[in-house]
Amino acid sequence: MADRITLQVVRYRPEQDAEPTSQEYDVPCPKDWVVLDGLNYVKDQLDGTLSYRWSCRMGICGSCGMTVNGQPKLTCATFLADYAPGPVRVEPLRNFPIVRDLVVEMGDFMRKLPTVKPWIVRKEEKPLAEGEYRQTPQELDEYKQFSMCINCMLCYAACPVYGLDPNFVGPAAIALAQRYNLDSRDQGARERLDLLSDHEGIWGCTFVGECTRVCPKHVDPAGAIQRYKLTAALDWLKGFFLPRGAR
Amino acid sequence: MNPPPTSYTEFHPRWYRSPVSAYWWLRSGTYLAFILREISSVFVAWAVVYLLLLVRAVSRGSGGYRDFLDLSANPGILFLNLVTLFFLAFHAVTWFNLAPQAMVVHAGGKRVPGVWIAASNYTMWAVATVVVVWIILG
Repeated sequence: MADRITLQVVRYRPEQDAEPTSQEYDVPCPKDWVVLDGLNYVKDQLDGTLSYRWSCRMGICGSCGMTVNGQPKLTCATFLADYAPGPVRVEPLRNFPIVRDLVVEMGDFMRKLPTVKPWIVRKEEKPLAEGEYRQTPQELDEYKQFSMCINCMLCYAACPVYGLDPNFVGPAAIALAQRYNLDSRDQGARERLDLLSDHEGIWGCTFVGECTRVCPKHVDPAGAIQRYKLTAALDWLKGFFLPRGAR
Repeated sequence: MNPPPTSYTEFHPRWYRSPVSAYWWLRSGTYLAFILREISSVFVAWAVVYLLLLVRAVSRGSGGYRDFLDLSANPGILFLNLVTLFFLAFHAVTWFNLAPQAMVVHAGGKRVPGVWIAASNYTMWAVATVVVVWIILG
């Protein structure tokens, strides 16, 4: 195995570049180094001006998402050796504006996320004296998969619908809405459905499925959206055929 | 839903927005498969039209049916129908494989594995095929 590998890193310095350029760095390639280790080596040893986000280094914080050889990846979980002999092209996440080098602007997602009410909504809270809201393991299993989202936004970078229509609420936000809809303690499904049963919501999704394939936590946002569509369609049918009291 | 437009941020004065290429669907095999799946709907529509033409031809008697057979023997129509057959199979297979993601079925308090849902679709497809073949050849 080669002991070194070339990183082709996209650079964008707004004060001097009109558009992104590419810069090559030669970095070590031990078998236990991930792409993020290579970037940290560049930052520490070769070029301190390189900008990128990272934090936990263990696939929990969701900060270090980038495009590696064309695929959205968590760079802390993507081994350099898998790309030997290289080169490895590292770009910012697609579909987001680039702030600097590998740092993207994520304000759009942060503004959309609270609109889907990703918290437990209760019509009426029961008194504290009655204790906690209990849940069986089966009820937990209903939504647990969707609760694993770490907001890394790889799914947004993979979604061509979001790339073409930035008003689309997007995979992670809808999957998180579904996570609370399926929670037995939640009573906010109606509020979320009114909000998301929209062309910019669930109906904007054309089921490309790439969000599910790139998700590092196996959340399956595409599955969440299709299940949501089924719920919305059944709700519409019930509204069409049944009197209000029977829905 | 329209979130507020991105506002000016003092410290990020010049974001770079990459344009989306009109050929984005050639970037990966999965995007291409998606586009082919969407295009397959056109051929599904043609299959329905062709079936309706057959029904109309049968309702017009043996002369009408003979005209329909002549139309079907046209090399252009024959080629179109061969392409349609490919896309119909592609359409069915891709949607059958995606069905488990959209359908969650519970039986006996447990979630039915996705592979069973896809398998039940394929089984119904096979049964329908056998019935049609039996009607035609039987």
